[in-house]
Amino acid sequence: MDSKERIAEGENSNWRERKDKLFFGIVVILSFITISPIALILYKLIVKGYKQINLDFFFKVAPDTLQAMTAVRNGELLPGGIANGITGTLLMVAVASVIAIPLSILIGIFLYENQGKQYANLIRSLTDILQGVPSVVLGIIAYIWIVQGITKGFSALAGSVALAIMMLPLIIRSTEETLKMLPISIKEAGAALGVPYHKIILKVMIPSGFSGLMTGILLSISRVIGETAPLMLTTLGSTAINLNITKPTSAVPLQIWEFYNNPNMIDLVWSSSLFLLGFVLTLNIIAKRISNQFN
Amino acid sequence: MKSEKITKLILIIASLVILLIFAGMAWAMIKGAYPAFQKFGFFGFLFSTEWNPTEGKEAYGAMPFIAGTVITSVLALIICFPLAFSTSLFIAEYFRKRRIAIILGTLVDLLAGVPSIVYGLWGFYTLRPLIASLGFQGQGYGIFTSGLILAIMIIPYATSISNEIITMVPNELKEAAYSLGATRLEVISSVIIPNSRSGLVAGYILALGRALGETMAVTMLIGNANIIPNGLFSPGNSMASVIANQFGEADGLKLSSLIAIGLLLFGVTAIVNAIGKIIIRKFA
Repeated sequence: MDSKERIAEGENSNWRERKDKLFFGIVVILSFITISPIALILYKLIVKGYKQINLDFFFKVAPDTLQAMTAVRNGELLPGGIANGITGTLLMVAVASVIAIPLSILIGIFLYENQGKQYANLIRSLTDILQGVPSVVLGIIAYIWIVQGITKGFSALAGSVALAIMMLPLIIRSTEETLKMLPISIKEAGAALGVPYHKIILKVMIPSGFSGLMTGILLSISRVIGETAPLMLTTLGSTAINLNITKPTSAVPLQIWEFYNNPNMIDLVWSSSLFLLGFVLTLNIIAKRISNQFN
Repeated sequence: MKSEKITKLILIIASLVILLIFAGMAWAMIKGAYPAFQKFGFFGFLFSTEWNPTEGKEAYGAMPFIAGTVITSVLALIICFPLAFSTSLFIAEYFRKRRIAIILGTLVDLLAGVPSIVYGLWGFYTLRPLIASLGFQGQGYGIFTSGLILAIMIIPYATSISNEIITMVPNELKEAAYSLGATRLEVISSVIIPNSRSGLVAGYILALGRALGETMAVTMLIGNANIIPNGLFSPGNSMASVIANQFGEADGLKLSSLIAIGLLLFGVTAIVNAIGKIIIRKFA
């Protein structure tokens, strides 16, 4: 190798190293750009929303336009809060959970018990498809089934059904995945002792996989609690606290939409979004904690 | 073993609910959409660009919304790709299992938790004025702003799958390349990417499926003009947005047309998701 070639090779490897460093730099920069929105969103919501968060915010219903206008003109805090939304959200999520949780755990167990069978594969594929259905389409379905078919008008029940269908695939898959991770020996030990099948499910499988199931349930709730579009099509909203599932009901995301469309209520948009986001993120973090302990 | 039979029966009945839901969905949507398809014809409805609710001259077509949905989603995918791919490399390759990677991964997961309407608000009050101040479009509404917010929203879905796929690349292959003197970048481009290509593609297809059905954030940013967008900064409307915006006060033929758009949206997302899932299953 003469000296010329050696220099050329040196330059070549130099260039390769520089390219490598450059790429690494780009990866780091783009990665931080990727996560910047979460910080920017939280910052904006906290700065703009904290001052409306007080006791009234949780215990009073939303102000009417006149009250809001007067407050805005006088430069005061907006009166009232989002009590009608909070109660509505809790009501609808509770009803949706009652429908979705037992059903999806049963289906998850069914899929686990019938690995490799054609019918179970069909159900699994349909569950996957269901998970991809846009929430607004589920709103249309719940509208046709419940609003037109059963309650003959917008109702909390219709919203709950839409949310329940959203929760189903999430809990089904997390149930199946959790059960798959359990050692099969604990199930066999139960069977060897002559424990009936339903008791193995209730007393062995579900308790052993409890934290996994809980993670799936919490994540599914955090996923549906901020849903707006399906509720616009099904529960419409309400200015008063309503706990009757056959009547139109408000929800926190619906109120955010209403405040957004009303220039006088803009301050309440930020605080109710902050509340909603805080609630969702807390649920997410709790779910992660539980699943980390489990693993 | 009577109780065992009963338990199995209960499980089978529970699984039938999934079939029932699908049958009920198909029945409800097709029945609801039928008047619109009957009036305009399936292809007439699909390709018409008219959206006229004036009584007596009612005419509805899905094309502007299909165009809006497809363009914003593909744009979102293009913007999302470099960001999501870099993040995956950061988490699953460069800083694998290190504290900083775990923190970054948690933050990306949190992005998935932000409700659509909160993204919409942030987009409306932060992104939109930014786009407007850059002088691209008067008020900052339109295809580009919607694509940008959608890109941020689908990043967590794209990264979570890419992370898993990149982690699955066998260490021996990477070590072999390093021992031949390859740099990190060369390992990424000639070992990691070729070995995880189809899995990565599937991840981005599934992310696209998410983008197609996103509603609120797009509704607040796209400008809600029932036209086929004629440029990157043109206002438009998407399938999900037109449903969210007009469903409340719709009845008769208009309601049927909106349900028909919902049916089309359901079909498109189901196909896109099925393709993604099939690729992933082959890969795994």
